[in-house]
Amino acid sequence: MEKPEYLFKNGKRLDGRKLDEFRKMKIKVDVIDNAEGSAEVEFGKTRVVAAVYGPRELHPKHLVMSDRALLRAHYDMLSFSVEDRKRPGPGRREVEISKVLSEAFRSVVALDRFPRTGIDVFVKVVQADASTRITGLNAASVALAHAGIPMRSMVTGVTFGKIYDDKGKTYMAVDVFKPEDQWGMADVAYAKAWNTGEVVLLQMDGDVTKEEFMEGKKMADKAMEYVYKEQVKALKSVYEVE
Amino acid sequence: MAKKIVTPGETIVEGMDYLPGDGTYRSGPEIRAEILGLADIRDRLVKVIPLSGRYMPKRDDPVIAIVTGVRYNMWELDINSPYDAMMLAGEATDRFIDLRKEKLSKYFSVGDALICKIIRVDETMSVFVTAKGPGLRKITDGKIIEVEPSKIPRIIGKNASMIKMIKEYTGVKMFVGQNGRIWLDGGNQELAVKVIREIEKKAHTDGLTDTIKEILEKEGEKHGEA
Repeated sequence: MEKPEYLFKNGKRLDGRKLDEFRKMKIKVDVIDNAEGSAEVEFGKTRVVAAVYGPRELHPKHLVMSDRALLRAHYDMLSFSVEDRKRPGPGRREVEISKVLSEAFRSVVALDRFPRTGIDVFVKVVQADASTRITGLNAASVALAHAGIPMRSMVTGVTFGKIYDDKGKTYMAVDVFKPEDQWGMADVAYAKAWNTGEVVLLQMDGDVTKEEFMEGKKMADKAMEYVYKEQVKALKSVYEVE
Repeated sequence: MAKKIVTPGETIVEGMDYLPGDGTYRSGPEIRAEILGLADIRDRLVKVIPLSGRYMPKRDDPVIAIVTGVRYNMWELDINSPYDAMMLAGEATDRFIDLRKEKLSKYFSVGDALICKIIRVDETMSVFVTAKGPGLRKITDGKIIEVEPSKIPRIIGKNASMIKMIKEYTGVKMFVGQNGRIWLDGGNQELAVKVIREIEKKAHTDGLTDTIKEILEKEGEKHGEA
């Protein structure tokens, strides 16, 4: 795909959304029977499965901590998740995302409850259309809750970016998809421990001014409430009385 | 009394009069859920009853353990938890075991299932169990099924009412371990397993006893007080 002339025109983005509009979101809980907890989240065409194993015995043994559990997130994209085959296995990008996801969750999970163990969170991107790390984070958060692991808050994330119109004017937009991620001037991954309000993940590619950032963040905060409500709804629906 | 399902971080009640119990924490005036579960408010105490999660060993819990290793003076046991349990030689029987003359595998060897009780859990989660005591023994017949440990309280019921009912209608012998393992022997095991799976599926609902009683009355026959 060539760089488009505009990403925003007549109040509409390339996929017809408004600036503060989310893609169609779907959250399914309990999709992996073998796992302690699992969830599948779709943000438009982006689709991610997360599965939580543990707390369980931790290997390798030198990582064991006598006073708490080690939470490890493993992010990866399946080889068919993108148009050009993604070489399987963690590379620079996957290691980084795994690290930031792990750190985001370590700040909310009550790890001291499970000394000497490990909690593994597998995040697999089945289909990628931008915002995969945030989609994965939302899925992982639901999967952790479903696994019965104690945490102070749900973790909820959204992305926002800076896009342009045909006259060269720029706008902030929430929940970026592939063309906006690729051609937009900036995209930000932003996640909070929703119930406590702490920011647990914040990354940016490209550049924005402070004003633009604050504008995007304001939209993102509003969108986050919507994502959080969907997460809660999905979790509760598992146990809804028929 | 329908209990509300809460998710981690959700505020259950507000006010300094309330006390945060299991599965909750206090944040300023609010008491919030820490796990996914059913909010349970009794007078001032607020708890969340878990709907999922692994078994965490607690002192005095009866469990069904499986021997995974025999050492010189103790056994290693799997208790379906993130932590292995240990049983010292002296906790196996009331008789004196002379370690110089006999090996521990003479008593229990790898693969054996034991009904035992947790006697100690320390802060590093070292777990010790005993097989000495009323009802505690090696399992030699019947079968063991595994259920989600969070559903065990419903399978037992108030004052073991659910177990009594299952025994009464199916005629099985049954032992329910807190760690999610259930031993069954004799009687109509097929029906017992079916009923247990049904309880597991509907553990979070009200009127469970009636639902189960209905199934038992339809498909089972009274075997008298078990």
